Amino acid sequence: MLTPEEWTAVTLSLRVAFWATFWSLPFAVLTAFVLARARFPGKSLLDGLVYLPLVLPKVVVGYLLLLTLGGRGLIGQYLDAWFGIKLIFTTAGATVAAAVVSFPLTVNAIRLALEAVDRGLETAARTLGASRLDVFFSVTLPLMLPGILSGALLAIASALGEFGATITFVSNVEGQTRTIPLAIYSATHMPDGDAMALRLTLVSVVLALGSLLLASLVDRRIRVMIGRG
Amino acid sequence: MIEVDFRLARPGGFSLECGFAVPASGVTALFGRSGAGKTTIIQAVAGVVRPDAGRIVVDGEVFFESARGIDVPIEARRVGYVFQDSRLFPHLKVEGNLRYGERRSRAAERRIGFEAVVDLLGIGHLLARRPHTLSGGERQRVAIGRALLAQPRLLLMDEPLAALDEARKAEILPYLERLRDEMGLPILYVSHALDEVLRLADTLVALSEGRQVAAGPVAQVMSRPDMLPVLGRFDLGTLLECEVVRHDAAYGLSTLAFSGGELWVPQVGRAVGGKVRARVRARDVALALTKPEGVSVSNLLPAVVEAVRALDGPYADIALRVGEGQLAAMVTRESVARLGLRPGLAVWAMVKSVAVEGSRPEAFELGESPFRSGAIT
Repeated sequence: MLTPEEWTAVTLSLRVAFWATFWSLPFAVLTAFVLARARFPGKSLLDGLVYLPLVLPKVVVGYLLLLTLGGRGLIGQYLDAWFGIKLIFTTAGATVAAAVVSFPLTVNAIRLALEAVDRGLETAARTLGASRLDVFFSVTLPLMLPGILSGALLAIASALGEFGATITFVSNVEGQTRTIPLAIYSATHMPDGDAMALRLTLVSVVLALGSLLLASLVDRRIRVMIGRG
Repeated sequence: MIEVDFRLARPGGFSLECGFAVPASGVTALFGRSGAGKTTIIQAVAGVVRPDAGRIVVDGEVFFESARGIDVPIEARRVGYVFQDSRLFPHLKVEGNLRYGERRSRAAERRIGFEAVVDLLGIGHLLARRPHTLSGGERQRVAIGRALLAQPRLLLMDEPLAALDEARKAEILPYLERLRDEMGLPILYVSHALDEVLRLADTLVALSEGRQVAAGPVAQVMSRPDMLPVLGRFDLGTLLECEVVRHDAAYGLSTLAFSGGELWVPQVGRAVGGKVRARVRARDVALALTKPEGVSVSNLLPAVVEAVRALDGPYADIALRVGEGQLAAMVTRESVARLGLRPGLAVWAMVKSVAVEGSRPEAFELGESPFRSGAIT
């Protein structure tokens, strides 16, 4: 069905999407919490920064990543010199690009879930002897779970579709950074790449549809589980 | 002692000032209409709301003292809080809810056992259920159990019955009485329902529009004429602590003795010698200068006018001395003038109706109505 080259693109895409979501999720929960609950000067600036990748051209996001995390970038040079971490042309770099681009969507989904949590329940938990941190883990987080999971699936879906930032930041290297969208892009530039582009397009549709179905299924299950059904 | 003394102002224009010290035992009701500031007081005691200035001390431990910068966090105060809307955790089963606070209490301080609470509240059959499958009354019982198992030193209850219909209220009230009588835990009980307060409370703090009107033993506070803004003209009256003297089964009547004499009331469900509270509304007391003859009113008491106070509109409040006790009457100002009512004048008080709070736990079956009220005319 799929050629080895196409399989590589598909598994790479899945790996990149999974790890991008995995690593960004804790930060997304923290950011959502800060944006939903905390009050501090410069909050609107942070708010703007978080949502910036959503509205900026993805190529701009990729170029900014290159400037900061590239081999001679502001942070990138030290990542290489101190830790030996290279992001350019690597799967790690593609993962960072996917994480940054999907971050606003994840934060938004989690923030909505957090705002729906009844703060009265948190007060009740504190009168029962739970500290703020305890309340977060024993009450707030479980009640946010549907939102976190739908945020995560949204993040995976959008990471699967990431193109602009990836190709600008880490280029189009087979087996390293050539995810499904990049592979389709390459195929359309090859003289006989039409069949490959079509097959990968089908895979994209199946993956996107699958994650949406999974999201609604998981959401329903969890809502029943936490008594919100 | 529970000492609460603070003030607080809100941007919306609401302000609250209160200062009372009540015994750290039995039930203290915070009573007043909605918006009087009752809930804000228990929120301040729980630490959910921070007063602008003042002091809150429970059993010698300072919870809040603005002068010394003390504000103990909510979770360290160890006060059980029963909310009007129960606030059970939807993601936990009933047992998980009950154990939530218990698990977070210090093992050495666990005086209140799981089995005892489940038993007291009759919730054993609900343990495996989810909160959203419970009825309002069941939910409230679980919420009370959850608060108790957190091993509190003080229980705060914010109108725990307000969201329930009459049948559910009647279902819960007996449990509250058992709680009061068996747990030995001081309770601050917020309510705007007179019948609940009379049935449960030992001490009363009356509030009106953010100001404390009175604080003290229930009978004393309830009988004060300045309770008018709290009770309203309809319910202003006297609360009498009575003892059942005898029953008359043939007529279905009981005789109650109070410090001012005896009253006939519809038979109460209490044995002779039992204590009951009787409420006589001021508007149900009529006055006559000579002993009325040939009237249907059976409760006729000789009295002496102590004070006459004009109220809003056409009415006047008459404070009467009846034997060793007191009674309030409400008549029109026109009657005051016509009868020449003045301090020192001897009159006859005709009590048209007595509401008897005849329900002490041992006398009433669970679920029976808390009040028996009736006119003997």
